[in-house]
Amino acid sequence: MYYFKRILALVPLLLVISLLAFVLVRVAPGGPFDKERAPASPEVERALKAKYRLDQPLWKQYVLYLGDLARGDLGPSMKYRHHSVGDIIKQALPATLMLGCLSFGFALGVGIPLGFATAARKGQWVDYGGSLLALVGICVPAFVIGPLLVMSFAIKLKWFPVALWGSPLNAVLPTLALGLFYSGRIARLMREGMLGVLGEPYIMTARAKGLTERVVLFKHALRPAILPVISYAGPMLADLLTGSFVIENLFQIPGIGVFMVTSSQNKDYPMVVGLVLLYALLLLVLNLAVDFLYSRLDPQVKYE
Amino acid sequence: MRLNFTRSTASLLAGLALVLTGCGAREEPADIVIVNGAEPESLDPQIVSGQPEIRVVGALFEGLTRFNATTGDPEPALASHWELSNDGRVYTFHLRTNLTWSTGTAITARDFVWSWRRVLTPATASDYVGIMFYLKNAESYFLGQLKDPDAIGVQALDDRTLRVELESPTAFFLSLCAFPTLAVVPPDVIDAHGDLWVRTQPLKTSGAYTLDFWRINDRIRLRRNPHYWDDANTQNQIVDLLPITSATTALNLYLNGQADVVWDKSLVPVHLTDVLRLRPDFHTFDYLGAYFVRFNVTKKPFDDPRVRKAFALSIDRHRIVERITRGGEKAAETLVPLSTANYLPADGLRHDPSEARRLLASAGFPGGQGFPTVNYLLNAGTSASVDEKIAVELQAMWRDVLGVEVSLRPMEWKTYLATLTALDYELARSSWIADYNDPNTFLDIFLSNNGNNRTGWKDQRYDDLIRQANATVDLRKRAEIFREAETYLLRDAAPIGPIYSYAGFNYFDPEKIAGIHANPIDQHPINAIKRLRR
Repeated sequence: MYYFKRILALVPLLLVISLLAFVLVRVAPGGPFDKERAPASPEVERALKAKYRLDQPLWKQYVLYLGDLARGDLGPSMKYRHHSVGDIIKQALPATLMLGCLSFGFALGVGIPLGFATAARKGQWVDYGGSLLALVGICVPAFVIGPLLVMSFAIKLKWFPVALWGSPLNAVLPTLALGLFYSGRIARLMREGMLGVLGEPYIMTARAKGLTERVVLFKHALRPAILPVISYAGPMLADLLTGSFVIENLFQIPGIGVFMVTSSQNKDYPMVVGLVLLYALLLLVLNLAVDFLYSRLDPQVKYE
Repeated sequence: MRLNFTRSTASLLAGLALVLTGCGAREEPADIVIVNGAEPESLDPQIVSGQPEIRVVGALFEGLTRFNATTGDPEPALASHWELSNDGRVYTFHLRTNLTWSTGTAITARDFVWSWRRVLTPATASDYVGIMFYLKNAESYFLGQLKDPDAIGVQALDDRTLRVELESPTAFFLSLCAFPTLAVVPPDVIDAHGDLWVRTQPLKTSGAYTLDFWRINDRIRLRRNPHYWDDANTQNQIVDLLPITSATTALNLYLNGQADVVWDKSLVPVHLTDVLRLRPDFHTFDYLGAYFVRFNVTKKPFDDPRVRKAFALSIDRHRIVERITRGGEKAAETLVPLSTANYLPADGLRHDPSEARRLLASAGFPGGQGFPTVNYLLNAGTSASVDEKIAVELQAMWRDVLGVEVSLRPMEWKTYLATLTALDYELARSSWIADYNDPNTFLDIFLSNNGNNRTGWKDQRYDDLIRQANATVDLRKRAEIFREAETYLLRDAAPIGPIYSYAGFNYFDPEKIAGIHANPIDQHPINAIKRLRR
C-alpha cells in the first residue's frame, strides 16, 4: 500500500517537472529556428512556428503537449526534422543503458571489494594504496581519464578500438572511463560504512564471543555497512542510465547522453522536455527502489 | 559471500557483454568510412543547408547539373545538354533518355517542375529558398503575391525538356542547378508520407546512392544505386558516414584505421594543426569562406563610418592567420576570397595604424579619449576556441592602436545568432560560406533588404551596383561592377572589416583513397571516391 501511494505521488511530481522544463527552455534566449542563414521571409518562420505550435499561447502549447504525452507521444524533434523525440530516445537509449549497466556493474564490482578491503585492513598498506586509488578515481575527471585510456590501450597497445560502438571490445574503455569515478565514490562510502559499523558495540561482542574475524566482517559488519552504498547506488544508476556527454562524445557512442547537452544548445524544446522527463522518471523510480531495498536489508527501517 | 558476490558480478558482466554482441549483429563492412561532421538535421535536399548535410544529400539526389569531382564546377548530370537564349535569360534543358529513380520508374521533366514548386511553397520551409528567386516570378509566388504556379519560370515542354526562364541573366545559374535545393525529389513519395518521406524504405532517390539506413548519432549508410544514369562510374558499393563532432575522436579513428576520410574543417584538433599540416595525408586548400567583423551601424559610436574604418584599419590580419588559425587561411582585405570565379579583387582597407588613429581622432575620440566601452559579440563553446582567441587578439589590437576598451561578450550559438539578427550588438564576429562559386554569394548579403545583412547598413548606391552587375551578361564587365561595389562597401561605408578567407582541410591517405580533390567549394562527390587498397 505504501509503495502504491509513492507510485501515485510520482504523477504530480512529473507534471511539475515537465511544466518547469517546458517553460524554462522557452524562456531561455535564442530559438530553435535561429540559423546562420536568415529565413527567406517571415513567412517561412511563421510556417515553422505554426507547424510546431509555437505560435500558440504558452499554456495552450503545454496543454496540447500533455495531451500528446498521455498518448505516449513526446512530440517531434525541432532539430532533426524527420525524427520524433520518441524515435530518437528509442534508438539511442539501448546504447546508453548498456554502457550504464556495465559501468554500474564495474563501479560496484570494484568499489565494494575495494572499500571493504581498505576498511578491514585499516592503517595497513592495503588501506593506503586502495584509498589512494579511490581518491584518484574521484578526482580525475572523465575527460582526462578517457583520452588517457584511449591513448594507452587503443592507440599505443591497440588492444581496443579507439571509438564507435557495436562489439564487446568497443565497450571496455568507455565502461572504465565512466565507471572509475563511481567506483571511487563507492569504495569510499563502503570504507566509511564499514569503519562505522566496526566501532559498534555489537561487533565487539561478536569478537568477544570468539568469532573469527572472517565471520565478524562478512556476517555481521557487511550487511549494515552496505546501506550507504545502496542509497547512493539509486541516483548513481539514474545518472549512468541517462548517459554521459563527455564519454559518449569521446567514444562516439550513439546514446542519449549527447542529446542531454546538445538538445538544449539547439533549443530543441520537445527533446529537452522529453529527456528531462526521462531522467526524472528514472531518478524517482530508482529512489523508490532504494527505499524498498533498505526495508529488506535493515530490519529497523519500516515505512508506513 | 565475497566469492558469491564476485561471481555474480562476473556473470552479470558476461551476460551484458553477450547482449552487446547480439545487438551489434555483424554488418557488412563499408568500402569507405567517412567522418562527416555534425549529424544531419535532415536528408531532404530541399530543406538542408549545412555542409555535412549537403555532402550526403548530393549522393542521394541529383539535379540538372552536378559538381565536378575535381574542380567543383557544374557539369551535366540529369540534363545531358542545354541551350541558353541570347539575352541570357532562358535555358532549355534536355534530360537524359535513360533517367530512372532508384526504384526503376522514369524521372521526367514534370518531376522537376513539381520539385521546384515545392521549394517555393512556404510550408516546405526551405532555408535556401532564396536561391530559387533567380527564376522568373519565383519570389512573388513564394511571397503569395502571385497565386498561379504556372507563372513561375519553370515549365515541362515534354517528358524530357525543361524550359527555365530567369528574372535576369544569372552567370552562376548552372552552379545553382547542382545545389541540393534544385535537385529532383520523388513527388509520389512526398505526397504519401509528408515530412517522414526521407525515412521510407527503400528510399526513392535520383542520385548515385540509396539510403541503406540512417541511425541518428551512429551512422548513415549509403548503398550504390544501380539505376543511376552514371552508375558505370560509381567507384564503391557501400559508404558509411559517421556523425562526429569531436576533433580528437575523428583523428583517433583515422589514425587507428577505423575511418578512411575526415573531411570537415572543424575536425582538426586546433592545437595539432601545425604538426598535422606537415603530413602527406593532410590536405589543405583555399575554401570560399570569409571571416570578418560586423559593425552595427545603427548604434553609436559605429554609426560614424570613420569609427568603423578606424577599427577595420587597426586589424593586423597577418598576425591572426599566422599566430592563431595557422591552417593555411589567407589574410584578406576583401570580403570575397581571391580564389572566387569571375572575380576582380576590390580595393579594401589595409592595416594602417596611423590612419586609424587619425580617423578616430577626427570622429571626436583622439587617442581613444571619451570612447565608450563597446562589446564584441562572439559565439562561445567547445568548437569556438579559435573564435575566442581571435576575439582576444582583436581586443588587444584595438586597445594598442586606438586606445579603446572592447569587452568580449561570448554567447552560445543560437543566442549569438538571435542577438546578431536583433542588431543588439556593437561589434560581432562573423563569417560567411559561399553557396556557389561567384562573388554575388558574398556581396548580395549586404543588400538593404537581405536578411543576412545584420549590420543595419542600407545603401541605395550599393543595391543599384549589385543589381546592375547581375543584369550584365558580359562576365568581365560584370566583375568590374562587382569590384566597384565591393570597394565602395569596404572603403567608404565599412559596415564590416574583413579578416581572412578560409582554408579547407581534409585528411585521407592518397595511397589508399583516390578521387577526392581540392576545390574551392569543398565538395567531393562520394561516387568518385575510390579505395586503392585496404
